[in-house]
Amino acid sequence: MQPTDIKDPDYFHKVVDCQWACPAHTPVPEYIRLIADGRYADAFMINWKSNVFPGVLGRTCDRPCEPACRRGRVEDEPVAICRLKRVAADYKGDVSGRMPPKPTTRNGKKIALVGAGPASLTVARDLAPLGYHLVVYDSDPRAGGMIRSQIPKFRLPEEVIDEEVGYITDLGPEMRLGQRIDSLKGLLEEDYDAIFVGTGAPRGRDLPIPGRVEAAANIHIGIDWLSSVSFGHISKIGKRVIVLGGGNTAMDCCRSSRRLGGEDVKVIVRSGFEEMKASPWEKEDAIGEDIPILNFLVPKEFKHDNGKLIGMTFEKVKAEYDARGRRNLVPTGEPDHFFECDDVLVAVGQENAFPWIERDIGLEFDDRWDMPKVDETTFQSTHPKVFFGGDAAFGPKNIIWAVAHGHQAAISLHKFCQGEDVADRPPPMVNITSQKMGIHEWSYDNNISLDLRFKVPHRDKFAALKDIKAEVELGFDDKLAFQEAQRCLNCDVQTIFSDKLCIECDACVDICPVDSISFTENGEEADVRTRLSAPATNLTQDLYVSKPLKTGRIMAKDEDVCLHCGLCAERCPTGAWDMERFLIDVAQAGAFGAENACCSK
Amino acid sequence: MTFIPKPKLHHPDLQKNALGFTRRDYEGPVSTLCAGCGHDSISAAIVKACFELDIAPHRVAKLSGIGCSSKTPTYFLGASHGFNSVHGRMPSVLTGANLANKDLIYLGVSGDGDSASIGLGQFAHSMRRGVNMVYIVENNGVYGLTKGQFSATSDKGAKSKRGVVNSDEAIDLVGMALQLGATFVGRSFSGDKAQLVPLIEAALKHEGAAFIDCISPCVAFNNHEGSTKSFDYVREHNAALNYLDVISGRSEITVDYAPGEVEMVTQHDGSTLKLRKLHPSYDVHDRVAALTYMQERAAMGEIVTGLLYVDPNPRDMHGYLKTVDRPLNELSDDALIPGGSALERLNASLR
Repeated sequence: MQPTDIKDPDYFHKVVDCQWACPAHTPVPEYIRLIADGRYADAFMINWKSNVFPGVLGRTCDRPCEPACRRGRVEDEPVAICRLKRVAADYKGDVSGRMPPKPTTRNGKKIALVGAGPASLTVARDLAPLGYHLVVYDSDPRAGGMIRSQIPKFRLPEEVIDEEVGYITDLGPEMRLGQRIDSLKGLLEEDYDAIFVGTGAPRGRDLPIPGRVEAAANIHIGIDWLSSVSFGHISKIGKRVIVLGGGNTAMDCCRSSRRLGGEDVKVIVRSGFEEMKASPWEKEDAIGEDIPILNFLVPKEFKHDNGKLIGMTFEKVKAEYDARGRRNLVPTGEPDHFFECDDVLVAVGQENAFPWIERDIGLEFDDRWDMPKVDETTFQSTHPKVFFGGDAAFGPKNIIWAVAHGHQAAISLHKFCQGEDVADRPPPMVNITSQKMGIHEWSYDNNISLDLRFKVPHRDKFAALKDIKAEVELGFDDKLAFQEAQRCLNCDVQTIFSDKLCIECDACVDICPVDSISFTENGEEADVRTRLSAPATNLTQDLYVSKPLKTGRIMAKDEDVCLHCGLCAERCPTGAWDMERFLIDVAQAGAFGAENACCSK
Repeated sequence: MTFIPKPKLHHPDLQKNALGFTRRDYEGPVSTLCAGCGHDSISAAIVKACFELDIAPHRVAKLSGIGCSSKTPTYFLGASHGFNSVHGRMPSVLTGANLANKDLIYLGVSGDGDSASIGLGQFAHSMRRGVNMVYIVENNGVYGLTKGQFSATSDKGAKSKRGVVNSDEAIDLVGMALQLGATFVGRSFSGDKAQLVPLIEAALKHEGAAFIDCISPCVAFNNHEGSTKSFDYVREHNAALNYLDVISGRSEITVDYAPGEVEMVTQHDGSTLKLRKLHPSYDVHDRVAALTYMQERAAMGEIVTGLLYVDPNPRDMHGYLKTVDRPLNELSDDALIPGGSALERLNASLR
C-alpha cells in the first residue's frame, strides 16, 4: 500500500463520520464539545453558519449523521447528535448581536429566489451580507416553505421557525410573500441578474383506485392536509382514520389526526414495516401514540355509501426477491382485508411540479422524469441564469439536503454574478492543531464515557394528544445534555503518526483499547486488512498507512472503531503519535468564514 | 504514566476464549511505567498468552520483587492472585506458595536488578529446586528506578546514557539457569511478540522450572547509541533460533514444513510445541550444546533468542520431595495429625 496522504482534506474529513455524512458538513464534534462546556451560543453559531436552521433541524432533521456515528459501531447506539443541536438552540440566549449585520451598501446585482423554503432561505442568508438585492417569492403568506407548512407544530413550534427565518429576513432580502410565480419566462424578462428556484416538491401523489372520485370529500392528500392544518384551515377529522403511506409525512398525518379527534387511527403500508421510509424514531413515536402500523397491504378500493366513505379494502401481499435481489410484492391469496374509516389521508409520496416553467425558454427538461437538467455540483440549469436547489433540483429529499444545495447554489450565483466560472469551486478551509497541553494533558476531554444513549424526555401523552401545538419532545436539560455530549468520541481529534519518530516499541499497539494499530509487512490492501491486530472488515473505513519504518514494516491503523482517546499518543515515548484537532470548513459564499472562526475560539 | 483509565469499550469483533473471556478481561489497571517501556509489551504478551491458553485468572498467582519490572504484575491479570514481595525475595516467596498449593500456576516476574543483583542467590536456588513456575526476567540492563546505573546484566563495554563505559562482566542469567537445572529456558525480546507470546505459552504449559530472559529496552535510560539493550541494537543483533506454535492436546497436528525445519516437542501435559527452526542443526534437548552455542554466539556479539532448551519430561520440586497429590494447604487435621497410636507405632518401629 502507498503511504496515506493526510494532506488530502478528504482523508481526515472521512474519519469524522458524522460531519462527512452531513450534507452541509456541520463540524459536529466541535459543537458537541462546546455544549459540554456550556457554551451554547458558540455551539449554536457553528451550527447556524453551517446548517442555517439549528433549532428547526435539532427537532426535525433526518440525521444522516447518526447512523454514521462511530459510537454506534463500538456500542449500541450513536450519540444523540440531533437532540444536542437542539440543546444549543434552546439555551443559547440572545445571539442577535452575533449575526452578520444588514449590509449598508448594495453590490448592484439583483437575484430572484422562487420559494421561501430552506433552500432559498439558505441562498438568501449566504448572499445577503455580500450586498445582493434579493427578492424572495412564495405563494404562502409566511416564509419557511415546508418547514412551516408540512411539519406539525407538536414537533416544531412556530416560534422556532419565526426566530430562525427571522435571522435571515433581518439581513434585508425583499420578501414578496403571498405572491406566486406563474411564469419563469416572465420572471426572466424582469431585471434579475440570476434566478434561484427552490420551490420544493409541492405535489402530493394521489391514489387513483376505485371509489377515489366518489368518496373524495373524505379523502385528503397528506401534505396538502398538513398544510391546511398548519395554517389553521382544518381543525378536526373523523374518529376513524386510515393513513396510507410509510414515510415521515404519513407519520405526521397520523399523529396530527390523533390530536384532531382521531381515536382509531391506523397507518397502512404496502411494504414491510422494516422497509418503510419513515425514520425509525418517527415510527416509534407514532406507535407510542397508539397508532398501529399494518404492513403488506396494497390499497384496492375506497368503499362508499352513496359518496360517503365507509372504509377501504386491501389486498394482502408478501415480499419475494428475485435472483437480482429486487423485491416484488405478490398476493398471498388471502381474502381482501376491509377496514372501516371516516377519513383517509394519502401520504404515498411527493412529486415535483413545474407547470410554471415554460419549455421553450432554453431550460432543458429530462424526458424520463420531466425534471429540469441541473448540474450536480453547480446547481446551474441549462439556462445559465437559472439555478435550482432543494427538492426542486433532484426530487424530494429533506431539509438538510436543501440547506446544502443552497450553500452550493449561493457560491454559483455569486460567481455567476461576478462573471467568474461557476465550475471552479472554492476549496475548503482546513485547520489542524495539536491538542497537546502537557505530558498527559490534552485540550479535549479524552476520557471515554461509558454511558448509553440518553432518552429525550417527552410530554405526558394525555396532555400531548390534547393540544396539536404542544411540543411532544421536551429536549435535554443541561445535565442530560452534558452527559450525552460526553458520549461523543471527538473523532475530529485525529491520530497523526510521524514515521521518522517511531522506534517500533509496540506501546501504542498494546494500549489501544480497540486494537486499531498494527505494525506489519506491507502488501496489497485486501491482504493487509486481514493481517492487523483486529481484521479490518469495514471496507468503508480507510486504513491509515505509514511509510516503511526501520524494520521495513509499516504502521497500519484501521480508522473504523478508533475511540480517539489519545492513549496511543500518551504511551508513545517519542511523540510519534500526536492528537490534532482537524477542523474543516466547507466553503460558503457569505463572509462568515472569518467571523465565525472567532466564535469557536 | 497515563492519567485516564484504558476505556472499557473494545473492538466489536473481539474474540472470546473457551472460558468466555476476551483478551481485555486479562488486563489490569493502566500502567504507570514510562511511555514506551518494554515491560508493558511483556505484560501485553502475558495477557495474550493467558487468554489464548484459556487460563482461568483465579488459577494464577503472580509474584514479584522490587523494581520497574516488579511493578508490572499490577498491570496484567487483574483478577489473579498477586504478591509483591521484598527486593530479590520473590523466588523464596514463590517457592513457599508453591509448596503450600501446587495447584496454582505460578508466574514470577522479576528484573535484572531483582534477580541478578540482590536476588541472585534466590534465583539460583529456585532453579536448582525445580520449582514448577514461569520465571520471567524483564531485562533492561539498567536500574531504571534510580536513574539508569548499570545493572549486573549490562554487557561489558556497553555505554550508559551519560557516556560511561561498563567495565564489569555481565551476569548471564540464561547460562546460569541452564547450569542450575532449569528444565525450560528461553530468551526473547519485548519488541518481538510473535516469538515472545508462544514462548510464554509454552513455559506456562511446562511442568517444571521455566525461565525466560526477556530483553526489554528501557526507553528512559537505555535506548541510546552504545547501549546493547536498545531497540535498534537488539533488532540488529538478534539471532533468532526458532519460533514456536503451541498446540493444545486435542487439536490435530499437521506439519507443513520441510524436514529439518520443524520439530514437534510434546510436553508432559500433552501440549505440543511446533518448533519452526531457523538453525536446523540446533538441538533444543541438549543442555551442554546449548550452553556452548550461547557462549560462542555471545562472543560474536549476537543475542540468541527463542526456545534454547527444554526437557520434555521434567521433574519438579514436589516430585523430588515426594509430596502427596493433594495440595498441602488442602490437607485436613485428620491427614496431618495421625494421632497418638500412630506415633507410638512409629516410635516402636525405631526402637
